[in-house]
Amino acid sequence: MPRLHVLVATRKGLFALHGDAARENWSIEGPHFLGQVVNHAVLDPRDGRTVVAAVKAGHLGHTVFRSEDRGATWNEAARPPSFEKAESGEGETVSHVFWLTPGPASQEGRWYAGTSPAGLFRSDDAGRTWEGIAGFNAHPDRRKWIGPPGDAPPDGNTLHSLNVDPFDPDHLYIGLSAGGVFETRDRGDSWTPLNRGVSADFLPDPDSPYGHDPHCLRVHPKARDVVYHQNHCGIYRLERADNRWTRIGDNMPRDVGDIGFPLVLHPRDPKTAWVFPMDGGTVWPRMPIGGKPAAYVTRDAGSSWKRQDKGLPAEQGWFTVKRQAMTNDALDPVGLYFGTTGGEVWGSFDEGESWRCLHRHLPHIYAIEAALVS
Amino acid sequence: MRVVLPSPLASYTANRREVEADGASLAELLADLDRRYPGLRFRVIDEQGAIRPHIRIFVNRSLAPTLATALAPGDEVLVVAALSGG
Repeated sequence: MPRLHVLVATRKGLFALHGDAARENWSIEGPHFLGQVVNHAVLDPRDGRTVVAAVKAGHLGHTVFRSEDRGATWNEAARPPSFEKAESGEGETVSHVFWLTPGPASQEGRWYAGTSPAGLFRSDDAGRTWEGIAGFNAHPDRRKWIGPPGDAPPDGNTLHSLNVDPFDPDHLYIGLSAGGVFETRDRGDSWTPLNRGVSADFLPDPDSPYGHDPHCLRVHPKARDVVYHQNHCGIYRLERADNRWTRIGDNMPRDVGDIGFPLVLHPRDPKTAWVFPMDGGTVWPRMPIGGKPAAYVTRDAGSSWKRQDKGLPAEQGWFTVKRQAMTNDALDPVGLYFGTTGGEVWGSFDEGESWRCLHRHLPHIYAIEAALVS
Repeated sequence: MRVVLPSPLASYTANRREVEADGASLAELLADLDRRYPGLRFRVIDEQGAIRPHIRIFVNRSLAPTLATALAPGDEVLVVAALSGG
């Protein structure tokens, strides 16, 4: 019988929630890497047993650990992602690995990593060794895209939302904090900004080709060219035919708005997506509007949205759900999971209609990934 | 020579806080440490060859500013993880 394996990456270690096939009974295992920051941990869907985790201790440099037995034992990467050594001695240093993405099924052992400062790396041996993708890291315009050193969003200027087009393994999408969405169709050799139609109320030029601030971009795994993203300035769906984004967040209730961090796609229905709105007013509290947490779902590609808060705190619910901290499983009905900065993991097994808390008292949660394992 | 390591590096040395390593400079000593305990060097020295921000290295109780610091047999090297974080 398949069961659920939910990886919970936190500011103080990595945990795994195990759920039965009915998603009724849950147990927790961990912590792994106790006391260390784990920004992301992902189970490789190609073999169902390799896990790659981005780890950093407070005092030490970043690294990557990998497991071939679903987290029972771990080995450190022999060569973690790191920038090229500069002759001048003033080269860049990776602060931490932020985002991990397994490659396509056709490229065994391929993984991608995004870092802070924004860098793009590739492994072809299942995470043992990593190489920079020069087409991005050494691109002559990269500094313009990502901004000057030190000009960083919270926790650093970051490359995130690494998505491989399921219909073209050479086609990648990335998100850059305060840089925008970019894509490559030649495995990373050349890059094109993909930000037309996206608002950027913090930029002097509203038509700037880059400088926007995507929070989380998702590419549909089954439907060709279906791409959504949650941005600092709204929720968007890509109109691939004219390479332009439509602000579907304009259809959210006005008193809620369309600011947030994560975005989750239905694994089969390309018109269904979930977001978790946060207060982006005044000084950007980044918490549920009015202290009343809720997910919102669209089932018509963003034309309308429905509030889903049954089971969540009705009031005084003050937490943040970070961009990597909401995900789904592939069962029917789809299971949804989110983790909070207060260390709670919540799940819904009726596609968001109701929620239950699966675990409390964990450290600040950075990322959640769910997988079915046998 | 004797090298004293901080607790964050104990996972690389089977929990030994004092180890032996050789080298005529700090750079050579760290290379030798990495041969004996793979992965240790990268956690304290970044890809540009600089000592990481929260690490300090002392030779005979004096702060060593760079990896070019010369070493002699009998020196004692102390790697310290500075108090930080939370």
